[in-house]
Amino acid sequence: MGFKDYCFRKSLWVFHFGGASCNNCDIEILDCLTPRYDIERFGMVLVGSIRHADVLLVNGSINQKDKIRLLELYSQAPKPILVVAIGACGCTGGIFAEGNTFAGPVDKIIPVDAYVPGCPPKPEAIIGGIVRLIEKTKKATRDEAT
Amino acid sequence: MAKDLLYYLIFPGFLFTALVGAIFSWIDRKVTAWVQFRKGPPFLQPFYDFFKLLLVKETILPARGSKMTFLFAPLLGLTGAALASMLILLPAIGTKPGFNGDIIVIFYILTIPSLTYIIGALAAGNPLASVGASREMKLIISYELTFLLILAAIIMKAGMTITIHEILAVQTDEGAFIGSISGILLFIAFVFCIQAKLGLVPFDMAEAETEINHGSFIEYSGQAYALIRLTRYMMLFILPAFLCTVLLGGLRTDGIHLLWTVLKTLGILLVLTLIRNTNPRVRIDQAMRFFFIWMNLLVIAAIILDYFNL
Ligand code: SF4
Repeated sequence: MGFKDYCFRKSLWVFHFGGASCNNCDIEILDCLTPRYDIERFGMVLVGSIRHADVLLVNGSINQKDKIRLLELYSQAPKPILVVAIGACGCTGGIFAEGNTFAGPVDKIIPVDAYVPGCPPKPEAIIGGIVRLIEKTKKATRDEAT
Repeated sequence: MAKDLLYYLIFPGFLFTALVGAIFSWIDRKVTAWVQFRKGPPFLQPFYDFFKLLLVKETILPARGSKMTFLFAPLLGLTGAALASMLILLPAIGTKPGFNGDIIVIFYILTIPSLTYIIGALAAGNPLASVGASREMKLIISYELTFLLILAAIIMKAGMTITIHEILAVQTDEGAFIGSISGILLFIAFVFCIQAKLGLVPFDMAEAETEINHGSFIEYSGQAYALIRLTRYMMLFILPAFLCTVLLGGLRTDGIHLLWTVLKTLGILLVLTLIRNTNPRVRIDQAMRFFFIWMNLLVIAAIILDYFNL
């Protein structure tokens, strides 16, 4: 575990991409910033530009038009970037999976590092998902080291 | 020569200012969190942010923009901030008296970071960055006159000396300048100028996260953005220190005075943070009107009062 990875893990800046969502997941993501959950405790802040982001949160079903934009965002992001799919829609397509404009789920379009299921997932679940993500990056660097 | 380099790079220049500035930035975020009934980030958060950007992240260059200017602008800003810190802190803590006219030089050097933000944003080739740059430019135009008037008033108070060292000597003899009505007016105007110089709410329209997505900094990533963050940390310390030097009687470091110095700078930081947390962002035309009319009037009133020794 190097110094670099430690800093990275301690300062994940989050960028929020809302696809064709029902808007419920977006609200739950914003909940994570409220005094009750306050993810700034872990050094996470919501940033407005993808160039500053370390984590790309994707929620909502991804339709044909979102797909183009999601790909563009992913290619614009400075690497390393982690992707988290939030909600049933992001993970599998949820209730929109049968729709004729549906182009997702997210992991068909870009590689996903963590999934947070739920419709919508609770803020606790989202924080839990990000903790898993951090553990995963820890494990990945351990494996690389050995 | 070697000693000058030491002053510039370690104390009180680059390294010291960067460290203290990072701590100040943590205090700013922590107090913000308290105001909002949150817990706030851990103590080392500014360092984590900086080293993450510097060591881990990829730096993306703009495809349609001037790459060299884009990369050199943050470096220039950092150099300017380090230079300003050295010129202000050396006489302020009494290590070495400055040269004749250093307060004028400092006035110009303090604009370098803001100018480099503009240059970098215009080199990024992003429309939102251009909007941010144009706002930053208008903001500079509006507060710079006020800032100059404040310095003029301070020079008048100190009996027409343009050396920080002598301004401090006058304050040690006759008490800090803030102890008069004109001093208090100058302090108020100075605090708003700092707020605008640092781009904090209510004058953060050049960055306006929710509106133009970090404006001037939208295209910056990785190392280049790390340097910008560092410049901002440093400015967060330098400007309160400058205010302390010219109005609050300097930053003495001997004995009990050290405690006063720390309390004074922290107090100013607290004022800045509270202003930023209790105000909405104003429009650029409102900011211009605020500085052009109200702040200038305030400073001119202070100058007139000072003429009558109030
Ligand atoms: S997962 Fe449920 S709550 Fe979230 S966007 Fe989809 S339908 Fe809405």
